[in-house]
Amino acid sequence: MSSTWMTTRAWLLMLPLLIIMTAVIGWPMIDTVRLSFTDAKLVGTGGAFVGFDNYVKMLSSSNFQRALFATTWFAVISVTAEMVIGVLAALLLSQQFYGRAVLRALLILPWALPTVVNATLWRLIYNPEYGALNSALTQIGLLDSYRSWLGEPGTAMTALIVADCWKNFPLVALIALAALQAVPRDITAASLVDGAGPFARFRFVILPYLAGPLMVALVLRTIEAFKVFDIIWVMTRGGPANSTRTLSILVYQEAFSFQRAGSGASLALVVTLIVTVLAVGYGMLVRRTAGSAT
Amino acid sequence: MERRSLLASILIHTAALLLTVVIVAPVFWLFVMSISPAADLVARPLNWWPSAMDFSRYATLLSSIPNSAGANFVASLVNSVLVAGMATLAAIALAVPAGWAVSRTPAISWSLSLVIATYMLPPVALAVPLYMALASFGLLNSVFGLALVYLTILAPFTTWLMKSGFDGIPREIEQAAMMDGASLFATLRIITLPLAMPIVATSALFAFLLAWDEFFYALLFTSDQRARTLTVAIAELAGGRVSDYGLIATAGVLAALPPVLVGLIMQRALISGLTSGGVKG
Repeated sequence: MSSTWMTTRAWLLMLPLLIIMTAVIGWPMIDTVRLSFTDAKLVGTGGAFVGFDNYVKMLSSSNFQRALFATTWFAVISVTAEMVIGVLAALLLSQQFYGRAVLRALLILPWALPTVVNATLWRLIYNPEYGALNSALTQIGLLDSYRSWLGEPGTAMTALIVADCWKNFPLVALIALAALQAVPRDITAASLVDGAGPFARFRFVILPYLAGPLMVALVLRTIEAFKVFDIIWVMTRGGPANSTRTLSILVYQEAFSFQRAGSGASLALVVTLIVTVLAVGYGMLVRRTAGSAT
Repeated sequence: MERRSLLASILIHTAALLLTVVIVAPVFWLFVMSISPAADLVARPLNWWPSAMDFSRYATLLSSIPNSAGANFVASLVNSVLVAGMATLAAIALAVPAGWAVSRTPAISWSLSLVIATYMLPPVALAVPLYMALASFGLLNSVFGLALVYLTILAPFTTWLMKSGFDGIPREIEQAAMMDGASLFATLRIITLPLAMPIVATSALFAFLLAWDEFFYALLFTSDQRARTLTVAIAELAGGRVSDYGLIATAGVLAALPPVLVGLIMQRALISGLTSGGVKG
């Protein structure tokens, strides 16, 4: 069978997927670009060409700058915490102890919980009047009076990050745990004989095996964190005083609450650009890590 | 073998206990809230253990008395099943031929990379045109419209899973059958697809759960009982003025049940899927 025919046949089999992808991803993406140069409203007529007005207006607005900062803060802190806690949990789970199999199974629990349910659960925990956190902290004596964790700009973002970490550190832990199992036993044994302490052992013997998989986890989690919408919408809707308004929330408000499709689209493209740059940059880093590890 | 001191052993067990509590406590509390009498949940300090087991909220939510909280919940449950089901079927129908083609024809594998790269696009980048298009086709607030939009997420994901699945089925088996005179179509139907069934099933399950979890598009493109999904219904409950926190918790437990059960049962497949993606990159 000729290879041209093989290739043609393969394209034919790909065709349904490609048509649908073009319809639901390709075309909307292009149309977002077109809209971003117009003053179109969400409902009604097309809107007139306005050049780079939307971009200039958006990028110079304090709303955008604050949202960019909030998003970066959320992404950096929650992803860092998830990586650290995840790796620590994986190191723990690679030790021998009673109930290890059970704990390993339980690790799936937070991760399997739908994001909206997770957000709802933590919203209930943080409830200012009857929440579990307030009750527990006052009962142990750490808190004098109930606080509105999600209602104060000083604590809302931290409360969100805790909820996000709780759900997502198990993913990092599972990936790290699988990587740990690939570390050859005799290498760790040899380092022990050579007198390497636990930190030296982690840094020079174990970490090289973890680096590649952890980079992948880091990429996935950072991209996800930059796109964050669900958990914030359910817990704070971007409040209080817009302290948790991330870029995706801002786009939602601009395009759907205020129905300004044009400027919403320009903002959405800026978000896309940031995520793309992150993904490409990380991709190069992953390749380099993978290259140096093997 | 490494031998541990008593101190190290105590430390490890303490840390394990702590991790268990951190993981289990919030989920367990959700369940406790769902079965606590309403008065327990507004006590100060809280009643950590229900004064009486009250399962009535489950009955309330799963009843279909018109215009009750139950009717709303059941309607959104049905919508979630319909949307996730339709989107999954469509995604699998697209992914099986595409996944096989890419697996057997490396020359076109860049097209799959392109499809998978769309994963990183933020949904907000597609939302406005999709909204306008659905509106002009009369597909806003429709389970069909939402299922179609969900293909943006499910199709790349299932194609990727199917491709790695087909990679694990030796093409020699197919070649042998063709050598014996079977047509390509017959070979795929009789040899390849039956071998690929476990992967099809796993992909379908994950796709279904992905759709079950989705919130952003559902929030944008649905407005009432005709299409509103479970995630949107729960977010509304959580954000609204519901006086009984237990009812919100019950809705959460019910929505979490399918993915949590699948997660616990399918652990092995889940982890091996994660790590094949994670380790090999």
